Amino acid sequence: MITALSFYLFAALTILSGGMVISARNPVHSVLWLIMAFFNAAGLMVLLGAEFIAMLLVIVYVGAVAVLFLFVVMMLNIDFSELRAGFIKHFPLGLLLAAVLLAEVLIGLGAIGQGGIKLGVADGSAAVPADTSNIEAVGLLLYSKYLFLFEVAGFLLLVAMVGAIVLTHRKRGGVRGQVISRQNARRPDEATVNVSPEVGAGVKL
Amino acid sequence: MTIGIEHYVTVSSILFVLGVLGIFLNRKNVITILMSIELILLAVNINLVAFSAFLGDLTGQVFAMFVLTVAAGEAAIGLAILVLYFRDRGTIAVDDVSHMKG
Repeated sequence: MITALSFYLFAALTILSGGMVISARNPVHSVLWLIMAFFNAAGLMVLLGAEFIAMLLVIVYVGAVAVLFLFVVMMLNIDFSELRAGFIKHFPLGLLLAAVLLAEVLIGLGAIGQGGIKLGVADGSAAVPADTSNIEAVGLLLYSKYLFLFEVAGFLLLVAMVGAIVLTHRKRGGVRGQVISRQNARRPDEATVNVSPEVGAGVKL
Repeated sequence: MTIGIEHYVTVSSILFVLGVLGIFLNRKNVITILMSIELILLAVNINLVAFSAFLGDLTGQVFAMFVLTVAAGEAAIGLAILVLYFRDRGTIAVDDVSHMKG
């Protein structure tokens, strides 16, 4: 009972937040609704017993991706009202297409669901071992069968990081940076000079 | 009232359709388009995890992690390109991105 109740709560809030993400006027609000959607999706995954993926979703999406979005939205000075110009114009067609898409998916689901979805049989190579927590089982699988894929995923993140830095890095003109070789090449006798000015004459620099 | 796999698949398909609708409605706003793509990938993740849990097979959860990795990289690169484009043009309206017509 409580499981069903929490499922409907999380599902309704996820869908509501998803709707607000695409319809909010202010992109900052969109990002905040996106965070809400991710939290509730994490709740759904906890209900399914996949705690590791749920926590990963919260950490990666809320902690990194959503903050990245917020940062970019606030860093760029954009007139967002101008960008919403086509919203009303595209609304009927978009809604029609979305309705058709959803109806197709749900009809397909209903057709398979006559008598329950036949899930097929897992071959048992990735079955959940007895007496292990979710994170332990995922770790056992990830570091053995999917080790290569795991390392490729790490390499993908490295390439994404390098790519983002290379794309956004720029050389600024007119900046007086430090040139270490010139500093080291400078000798005291060319940097300082002794003068003996007459009384009251002052020093010319 | 038991919650079956159909319930989870329904939620994820509604979320997927919302993401597609978001791309249609906000055709000019790249930031919202990127957020819609995140919604679509979230729907995929819910699907993978739901099937993994109901099958008793952990492969789906491992794959959901890889989808998460790709989504994070895609967001980083997409926003970097967006910043670059904004620096160049002073706007992020994508309907006049036709420099590379070929």
